[in-house]
Amino acid sequence: MIEVFRWLIWRELALALRRKAEVLTALLFFVIVVSLFPLGIGPEIDTLREIAPGVLWVAALLASMLSLNRLFADDYVDGTLEQLVISSQPLALLVFGKILIHWVLTGLPLVLISPILGMQLGMDMDSIIILMLTLLVGTPVLSLIGAVGAGLTLGVRGGGVLLSLLILPLYIPVLIFGAGAVESAQAGLGVEAHFSLLGAFLIGSLILAPVGAAAALRISLD
Amino acid sequence: MNFFTKAFWLKLSSPKTFYPFAGKMIPVFMAITVVLTLVGLYYGFVLAPPDYQQGDSYRIMFIHVPAAWMSMWIYIVMCLFAIIGMVWRTRLSDMMAGALAPTGAMFAFLALWTGALWGKPTWGAYWVWDARLTSELILLFLFFGFIALRAAIDDPQRAARASALLASVGVINVPIIYFSVKWWNTLHQGSSVGLTQKATMEDSMLTAMMVMTFAFWAYTFMVAFMRVRNEILEREKNSAWVTESVTQRVSEKVEGK
Repeated sequence: MIEVFRWLIWRELALALRRKAEVLTALLFFVIVVSLFPLGIGPEIDTLREIAPGVLWVAALLASMLSLNRLFADDYVDGTLEQLVISSQPLALLVFGKILIHWVLTGLPLVLISPILGMQLGMDMDSIIILMLTLLVGTPVLSLIGAVGAGLTLGVRGGGVLLSLLILPLYIPVLIFGAGAVESAQAGLGVEAHFSLLGAFLIGSLILAPVGAAAALRISLD
Repeated sequence: MNFFTKAFWLKLSSPKTFYPFAGKMIPVFMAITVVLTLVGLYYGFVLAPPDYQQGDSYRIMFIHVPAAWMSMWIYIVMCLFAIIGMVWRTRLSDMMAGALAPTGAMFAFLALWTGALWGKPTWGAYWVWDARLTSELILLFLFFGFIALRAAIDDPQRAARASALLASVGVINVPIIYFSVKWWNTLHQGSSVGLTQKATMEDSMLTAMMVMTFAFWAYTFMVAFMRVRNEILEREKNSAWVTESVTQRVSEKVEGK
């Protein structure tokens, strides 16, 4: 079981490295969306500092959602997904491996680049560290919840738009507590409560989402 | 019809038996809806005294609170039907889930809309980003997602199972809405009605709210049964009993003219 998991991880990484452009797209999208806000709202640094947590979190959420389409789509088209479903290994574990690599390639880069964007929007160093930590805990939740939606909309007409309709409402709690933590850090308040809830979301979705996504894939491939 | 035997309920789960049964029940629920709505509105708008703080503006509560309750209840009932349909593969359960969704979305929208109208005179704003308002809005989006996913998948069986999974993921939101006024210190007031404590309002107000809730329930059953009947005809259009009943009704119409 461990061996298959390791094989899957290597395969996903190898595939991603051969298509670097796809990995970079989500990251560039994140950077561009965040850069649009100062252009739209105006360059007053005080205003920008105030809206920075929300802007960065919403942009991260959209970037993560846009990359979800590719989570299962390629494997669905070339038949790999069917092989994974009928294999003797637990499907939830294999799905978890795919989600993990998806997060490493799309979520983690967002976390790493967020300090630069935070500075652009005039955030101070302490808030930026909190921002990175919330994104570090929050983006895996987005990938995990999103995987269920990606499984459900696989091969469905208008899948991309439908996916956003299904997934965005479920992302809202993560957005509220993720951005909320950074806002209270900026206001000099405690962030423990927000982090506890984000952590609870992460643990809950770690347990439930791979099983849910596996069930969704079984329905889609039926 | 003997309502109290197991066989009756089991038989009812077949579309063929349910179709005429729902047809008979629709006028009954329609009558209940009309009577209870009139009684409830009479209690709410005439008998209940004005509030000592809000004057008459609170009276929208008799629509607002039952609609908000119904939106949550319908989501739970819809989810249960969807899960029953997924576990036992009963066609009718899934049709009921699909038929309840638009009504649930309607009640969620109604709760938000009447809440906005109530918020303006009491809070001074149509909309505030309060935990309960936001989570009710999410509920409305969840209903839309459920409807959209079903509409996007052509195969009814696959649509049934996919939407059942989606509904059970979204059901987490219902307790969040219900307890949001307790968990977060928000602008939206706490509940004035509960099972364990005495309601903190006049008896006539409570009566009006309860009667309106039952009226909304009857309305929900009525429209859900109408939708299920259409759905049954559409899905079973190739079966003998549908052809028979449709041709019979058409010939009755022709003879009647």
